[in-house]
Amino acid sequence: MSLDAATVRRIASLARLRVPEDQLPRLGQELNAILGWIEQLNEVNTGGVEPLTGSAALAMRMREDVVNDGAQPEAVLSNAPERIDAFYAVPKVVE
Amino acid sequence: MSLTELSIAEARAGLDRKSFSAVELAQAHLDAIAALNPRLNAFILPTPERALADARAADDRIARGAARPLEGIPLGIKDLFCTRGVRSTAGSRILGNFVPPYESTVTANLFRDGAVMLGKTNLDEFAMGSSNMTSAYGGVENPWQRKGDAATRLVPGGSSGGSAAAVAARLCLGATATDTGGSIRQPAAFCGIAGIKPTYGRCSRWGIVAFASSLDQAGPMARSVRDNAILLGSMAGFDPKDSTSAERPVPDFAAACDQPMKGLRIGVPKEYRVPGMSAEIEALWQQGMAWLREQGAEIREISLPHTKYALPTYYIVAPAEASSNLARYDGVRYGLRVIEPGDSLDEMYERTRGEGFGAEVRRRILIGTYVLSAGYYDAYYLKAQKVRALIARDFERAFADVDAILTPTAPSAAFGMGEKMDDPVTMYLNDVFTVTANLAGLPGLSVPAGLSAEGLPLGLQVVGRAFDEETVFAVGAAIERAAGFTARPVLRAGG
Amino acid sequence: MSEAKPYRVSGDTGEWEVVIGLEVHAQVISNAKLFSGAATAFGAEPNTQVSFVDAAFPGMLPVINRECVAQAVRTGLGLNAEINLVSVFDRKNYFYADLPAGYQISQYSRPVVGKGTILLDMPDGTTREVGITRLHLEQDAGKSLHDQHPAKSLIDLNRAGVALMEIVSEPDMRSPEEAGAYLRKLRTILRYLGTCDGNMEEGSMRCDVNVSVRKPGEGFRTRCEVKNVNSVRFVMQAIEVEALRQVRVWEEGGAVEQETRLYDANKGQTRSMRSKEHAHDYRYFPDPDLLPLVLDPAWVEELKRGLPELPDARKARYMRDFGLSAYDAGVLVLEQETAAYYEAVAKGRDAKLAANWVMGDLFAALNKTGRSIENSPVSAGNLGRLLDLMADNTISGRIAKQVFETMIEAGTDPDPAAIVEAEGLRQVTDTGAIEAAVDAVMAKNADKVAEYRSGKDKLFGFFVGQVMKAMAGKGNPALVNDVLKKKLS
Repeated sequence: MSLDAATVRRIASLARLRVPEDQLPRLGQELNAILGWIEQLNEVNTGGVEPLTGSAALAMRMREDVVNDGAQPEAVLSNAPERIDAFYAVPKVVE
Repeated sequence: MSLTELSIAEARAGLDRKSFSAVELAQAHLDAIAALNPRLNAFILPTPERALADARAADDRIARGAARPLEGIPLGIKDLFCTRGVRSTAGSRILGNFVPPYESTVTANLFRDGAVMLGKTNLDEFAMGSSNMTSAYGGVENPWQRKGDAATRLVPGGSSGGSAAAVAARLCLGATATDTGGSIRQPAAFCGIAGIKPTYGRCSRWGIVAFASSLDQAGPMARSVRDNAILLGSMAGFDPKDSTSAERPVPDFAAACDQPMKGLRIGVPKEYRVPGMSAEIEALWQQGMAWLREQGAEIREISLPHTKYALPTYYIVAPAEASSNLARYDGVRYGLRVIEPGDSLDEMYERTRGEGFGAEVRRRILIGTYVLSAGYYDAYYLKAQKVRALIARDFERAFADVDAILTPTAPSAAFGMGEKMDDPVTMYLNDVFTVTANLAGLPGLSVPAGLSAEGLPLGLQVVGRAFDEETVFAVGAAIERAAGFTARPVLRAGG
Repeated sequence: MSEAKPYRVSGDTGEWEVVIGLEVHAQVISNAKLFSGAATAFGAEPNTQVSFVDAAFPGMLPVINRECVAQAVRTGLGLNAEINLVSVFDRKNYFYADLPAGYQISQYSRPVVGKGTILLDMPDGTTREVGITRLHLEQDAGKSLHDQHPAKSLIDLNRAGVALMEIVSEPDMRSPEEAGAYLRKLRTILRYLGTCDGNMEEGSMRCDVNVSVRKPGEGFRTRCEVKNVNSVRFVMQAIEVEALRQVRVWEEGGAVEQETRLYDANKGQTRSMRSKEHAHDYRYFPDPDLLPLVLDPAWVEELKRGLPELPDARKARYMRDFGLSAYDAGVLVLEQETAAYYEAVAKGRDAKLAANWVMGDLFAALNKTGRSIENSPVSAGNLGRLLDLMADNTISGRIAKQVFETMIEAGTDPDPAAIVEAEGLRQVTDTGAIEAAVDAVMAKNADKVAEYRSGKDKLFGFFVGQVMKAMAGKGNPALVNDVLKKKLS
């Protein structure tokens, strides 16, 4: 597996990370080194193995349908980089 | 004895006897921070006013005879824990101005039990690193130095490097930390202190900035195994706000430290003799086996056949989860926003995240995004979760025959600041012995067990069955007793 | 039963068949959100129903709401669907200003509900079965307001994290009418179950439409997804124009591209949202903050026992027990409130007559007064009493209509018996009075009597009318008939 600059650019855009053009080749090399190393996993026979996720042995607990949170507009807005009245504000989105 | 040299148990006893006050205890540590932190950079944010206010409240309760289990004990809090009203950065520029309006469950538990907060300790950015060098707030210096080499500054390990250095340098009696691949145990080993990553689900993750949700687990760091047991007793417990929190009672961990070794079966995995492991680490490991055997334990060689695949597995699972967990840092609701006139929403996202995250975090987000992207999910993420299941199965089979597993904590002693920085994979190899416990969700404790030829601390790791921290503490305490580790770092309070 | 003529789009190369599948997002009725304890009520002040979990603050974790799961299971049971006792929540990763975490918690590969069916009631009284592919639970996003500020979009997270059920149909529909019938039926079922209020205007039920066209008998061709169509009427229109567009593309030698489109109701067109399409790579993976959702079979049984009678069962009962036509039964069960009203009127009475009154006079009156059946100006009890007055011959059907008018106009739900008494509308059953009226009419119309008697039978109606008029409508129609027949013969 080998990541070219175009792929790195696409992944960076998917992750919304600005990467200056001149850093793409070096970053691609680093990522390639990591991916190459990761690829030893292909040696492992995983036929018939169920993937593990978290502590899969447990069943999920459920919460009761009670409103006990959320009436705190100032608290949720207090760290906002930009707010207008009781809204978060972002550059206008044209749909 | 100097107040900064006390164990937590001694400090509690001294406070109750009124040999000293909580304010005096806090002040001694604040003085140490003032003296040493400019060099060590172990604390991102010391909170002296808060510490003294906490301490005064503790003195009140002690005076009223209403002292709680950790009344007046001054702690460092890893800056990955959200603390209400106190800036919490996760070691990142992107959270440089973030003041949480809530308190993490683990720190809330500690404060419920009377602990005093001295400040927020430094860490690798978003806990991603093994050196503390990725922190946006600068590296942390390990208070230990190589024999006869005061010029080379060493890393404390990571990601909980600030907590480890602070505890080792006597800037606090204990600290909170987190461990996703070895972030408690490796810095504990590098700094000559003890630290435990409990079983996944033992401590609530609520209010801890997430790195990789299925691997992250909070735990304590302190200078003795018993102090770890005392701290974990307060930190642990079921939390209905965390769906992965275990609904189990918290045992008396401190009592477990006194359990005898007689009749215990200790496994030594043959696959942990990795190529290039130094002779002194190998020797220390053998020494550990001998100590346990002398105390009545039986040493058995075991096999964990998928060990060599643990790190590559980890470096798929952890970045994948991180790439998603860190998507919320977008400059909309909190944290840094970087924007130029005329930027669209997407440009604002890209600028904010591109400048807000450091190189290692960006690298892991990219890896994680890539391994989850269309066409690669099965080959990487799904494959890794299957190998992870095999790793967990290895442990399950091993624990049919043994009660705990003994390994070295890290493949080397602390290295110099700036070393191993060129190649990410070399840095990742630091976690080779620790990462398996995260993948399998098992408890792992690092105990200082000896010094390298260069005079640097080395640690041994004890891994136990899920939710059997008691045996882990017992074995760790037995090693600690036998090792008689009394060496202290060069840079320390009163040193 | 005669098969209705299939819906076809005619193009230059002949007739085309339309293939339609629907994805409905139905907001779950619950007090709190799917993964947080914040309220779900519609119309609150901005950002007043937002927990730190909903706003994706650092370290916040989701905990699932049992009632939202119960609602999904109930809906699955109402759609005759398989309930998956183990299902998994995944993260769907994408960036948007009203998606705080940068991912939506959804169910991708293992939904809580599997295959089911829904029976459409077509206007001609026939039914048609449409397959349900799956139903899964997921989080709703917040709201972006784009028109409040010249340079900014404003974000309100009140809706962020409210539970949605995404209900996906098989591509089993073949006409806009079927799609409309599907949506109406689904809404009826959801409302019966109490799992979603089905209000498309407030956005608590939203619809994405998958449309393709093909020559009859062919395999499927490429489909397009028309997003977020917010009324049954617009769904039907969107299908019509999108099918036409695709037919044109194919017939001009092009190929329809799989893409997401938007329906512009003002222009009556769909247009491409291609800009969004390319960037999308959702990177689904199991949410590591959650465990698998494992349902206790006993709990599912308990939920099943608690289900109300559903519209199909109710319709069958109306046809069986009340002898109603499929169409009438279908109309009456559409809304639970209507069905309840109808049953109250029909109980112990002529059920067919009750159906005629509810669907005829009552519906017309509700329409005219703009009221819903819950606020009907005439209660079921008093409509029933009106029917009783007819049954015991106190008034005739004609007078009943008059009394009903009076009841509607009064608006105070008056007792019909009181109106009959007050206005002296009691029907005349005194044969003597009727005979007198008949005699008077015959005397006044001797020429017509002669015509009738010479064979012009049609004039009978004229005599009935004249007698009734003379009696101010109060003559018992059967008696009037009897007396007239006797006297004219």
